[in-house]
Amino acid sequence: MSLLGKLSIDSVPYHEPIVMGTLAGVGIIGLLVVILLTKYKLWLPLWRDWITSVDHKRLGIMYITLALIMLIRGFADAIMMRTQLAIATNGNTGYLPPEHYDQIFSAHGVIMIIFMAMPFMVGLMNIVVPLQIGARDVAFPFLNNLSFWLTAGGAILINVSLGVGEFAKTGWVAYPPLSELTFSPGVGVDYYIWALQLSGLGTLLTGVNFLVTVFKCRAPSMKLMQMPVFTWACTWANILIVASFPILTAALGLLTLDRYLDFHFFTNEGGGNAMMYINLFWAWGHPEVYILILPAFGIFSEVVATFSSKRLFGYTSMIVANGAISVLGFIVWLHHFFTMGSGANVNAFFGVMTMIIAVPTGVKLFNWLFTMYRGRVRITVPIMWTLGFMTTFTIGGMTGVLLAVPGADFVLHNSLFLIAHFHNTILGGAVFGYLAGFAYWFPKAMGFHLNEKLGKRAFWCWLIGFYVAFMPLYVLGFMGMTRRLNHTDNPAWNIWLYIACAGAFIILVGIVSQLQQLYVSFRDRKQNMDTTGDPWGARTLEWQTSSPPQFYNFAKIPEVHDIDAFMDAKEKGTAYQMQDKYEPIHMPKNTAAGVLIGGALTVMGFALIWHIWWLAAVSFVASIAFFIVRAYDNDVDYYVQPDEIAKIEEAFVKGGSEVKA
Amino acid sequence: MFIRSLSKFALAALALVLSGCEGGVLDPKGHVGVQEKELIIIATVLMLLVVIPVIFMTLYFAWKYREGRDEVYMPNWAHSTKIESVVWTIPIIIVIVLGTITWKTTHELDPYKPLEDANGNQLDHMTVEVVSLNWKWLFIYPEQGIATVNELVFPKDVPVQFKITSDSTMNSFFIPQLGSQIYSMAGMETKLHLIANHEGTYDGFSANYSGAGFTGMKFKAIATATDADFNSWVAKVKSSGTPLNPQSYEQLAEESENNPVQYYNTVTDGLFHQIVMKYMQHYNDWGKGGNKHGEGMEHGEHNGAEASDMPQMKHSSDHAAAHGEA
Repeated sequence: MSLLGKLSIDSVPYHEPIVMGTLAGVGIIGLLVVILLTKYKLWLPLWRDWITSVDHKRLGIMYITLALIMLIRGFADAIMMRTQLAIATNGNTGYLPPEHYDQIFSAHGVIMIIFMAMPFMVGLMNIVVPLQIGARDVAFPFLNNLSFWLTAGGAILINVSLGVGEFAKTGWVAYPPLSELTFSPGVGVDYYIWALQLSGLGTLLTGVNFLVTVFKCRAPSMKLMQMPVFTWACTWANILIVASFPILTAALGLLTLDRYLDFHFFTNEGGGNAMMYINLFWAWGHPEVYILILPAFGIFSEVVATFSSKRLFGYTSMIVANGAISVLGFIVWLHHFFTMGSGANVNAFFGVMTMIIAVPTGVKLFNWLFTMYRGRVRITVPIMWTLGFMTTFTIGGMTGVLLAVPGADFVLHNSLFLIAHFHNTILGGAVFGYLAGFAYWFPKAMGFHLNEKLGKRAFWCWLIGFYVAFMPLYVLGFMGMTRRLNHTDNPAWNIWLYIACAGAFIILVGIVSQLQQLYVSFRDRKQNMDTTGDPWGARTLEWQTSSPPQFYNFAKIPEVHDIDAFMDAKEKGTAYQMQDKYEPIHMPKNTAAGVLIGGALTVMGFALIWHIWWLAAVSFVASIAFFIVRAYDNDVDYYVQPDEIAKIEEAFVKGGSEVKA
Repeated sequence: MFIRSLSKFALAALALVLSGCEGGVLDPKGHVGVQEKELIIIATVLMLLVVIPVIFMTLYFAWKYREGRDEVYMPNWAHSTKIESVVWTIPIIIVIVLGTITWKTTHELDPYKPLEDANGNQLDHMTVEVVSLNWKWLFIYPEQGIATVNELVFPKDVPVQFKITSDSTMNSFFIPQLGSQIYSMAGMETKLHLIANHEGTYDGFSANYSGAGFTGMKFKAIATATDADFNSWVAKVKSSGTPLNPQSYEQLAEESENNPVQYYNTVTDGLFHQIVMKYMQHYNDWGKGGNKHGEGMEHGEHNGAEASDMPQMKHSSDHAAAHGEA
């Protein structure tokens, strides 16, 4: 056994020009970042104000940065797959052989769900939820920092797999027995396991953190049924996280035992049973899609009320509907495998349960509609995403209910119809929601506006690109094309594959527009400052703070008398008031413990993937040691003094009223 | 009246799209597939009853109440019991209707259920045993005593019972134009009943990704015009093939991609059963005929202990197949 386990110089795929080209590109960009950081002397601020920060707003920005980087990586995978399938028709094998292509579609799924959508959602939740409930931070600020570094650690592992070794060639679900050693002897599945375990742990801790925050840290005068609807949506999502992520951890743990210690939970041999993994995976996997979509629903509720200048229609209905979706989301997992051969009673039960979810979802759509009804709808970028969502998601919901009918699923299962369906809901639902939230809360988080024109261009490219890319997949599904094919040989399919590929390029223009929007908005930030803290005439407490918010959020914990607490305060004239006297504010200190523990566990993951046992042991012990040191550190907090608070508040209230005058 | 004309319109529009889908699941050539196509259309039309108004209202409300128009403005109007009861009731009614259809059709289309004629009498069926291997399909014809690779032949209008297993990863046995698919899993037997009512050659493949050679894991399903045609095909296989026994099977089971069609003129008795059972016994005993009770006992609580006693058992109504707790 060598000192480096299975790792050797041959683990780097030198013979793959695409991989090497990508690595060279990433290396150049990385070098550029290093040079810029050094030139502008930003290393210390980066460490002091960001990497070690326990401020939920800064962590939120870091999560979203991670999500955007991973969006680019995941999208690069997507466009490679679409071009491969557009080229590899009529029996051509295309430019991506199966051993590469199979890694790409597996990585695309994992990255988009676990490392793009989840961090995006968690990032928005981080920025917004504590502000919406009038809290100064989350319940456990250090844990929040640790959660981020665990998620980032997982993302680092999955990206290292590109240049060192390989990624899983199993699809993003990694079903055994294909993911067992017999059929996947390489390190790909191990990368999958440890990337998901690290980020899964991070997500679980986030779920716990935000549940405690919402239940224990909200403004004392805010009743549960006065919490903003986005906070409620995140709370349901966090309940789902806490209930479902341990299932994933356990399922992957069992797979790990199979692969590392010759257990037989899911193997063909020795009494293993792959059906157990498939059940466990979806017992997590189905709630997971609601974890993604519920906060998006919450974002749409905020956006549609704000930009209709009107109260949200049916607040209670919305909360009840979210709860119903969460509970039902846990008893539908079997619809992912009607074709496994369960009896008709079992299949019919899970089919009908799935359909019932359409009821609360339908109610939500109607409530958004009736929020616009007799309102004053301002057509801004966030509301455009919302309208795009409402039309697109309705179609995705319909095809989802169709797939919930076992008799229909028997011919549509695993076809491109399914691929079209879940992109219709995750992209046209969750991601449109996050992008709406991004445009909506950007001025709050960063202090300046996004360029509206480029935002609208990005929206149209995404929307049109989505339809052009995915509607053909519905047709191809009906034509009998199954997913994960490397090449095709059916002339009737070609035209649809070409159209879908064109759609992917339209989405590419959308993504480029979005990056351009970020650049232009940053360049012109001086002209587009938001000095009011309330650029949209919004209704909830996060808009009562300055943009970006004071680091302590609220100088005085707000009094809440209404669901739309800030609108209520504005109407009563209690917003933007200086206090005669401020109390000292208790704040947590930044800490390096999160990045050290997360980093040590990332190294441990890498060592386990490559069977470098000594390094795995050392890094594991190190992570525990960092934790113990942190646990005995009593210097973790400080007080902001009243005169400092008064100074900050005065500047904000003055700045805001000048603009208003 | 409105609803009826709407559904007529939707049907016509759907028919237009569907006519472009030759060769897929909307161009079915057997009774099972026809029922499933009808189910898809009915369910879609039912849902369009809500979907179309929602899409229309979304765009209409956004346009009608956009800023700058002199429409009614009620900033604090946020509740209406009347509207709320309607928006809960409409989806509930549709789900009740759709749920009823689902319950009924799921039982009618249960892939394990032998096909019946119009009067509910069970039809006589022929049996084909299907084994998914890396990366090809093995079809064993127990009644004819032959086997083939990547070519499946049966007469039209004769129901076929497929007994399906895997000797590698999980795959899904699927012929889109004939209807349902079912997973193939090692150590287990799943079942599927299909029929072709038209003569023809249909694409078949695995619909569940199974590794590097997955894309090439396809076969042709040929429905012959008459029984005589089928019999002459059987005769051709018998005259041109080689024997399939545990040795030649082991060779076949080795990994290979884009396999050509192969014919086997004889098949060792009980080969399919042995393939299912090989994972249920001590896995080193493959080929030693280890069906003895004593060997099974070594594994104590293990399902296979009972399962290895099962060669004579009929699994006809047993969904979990060989994994049944006996």
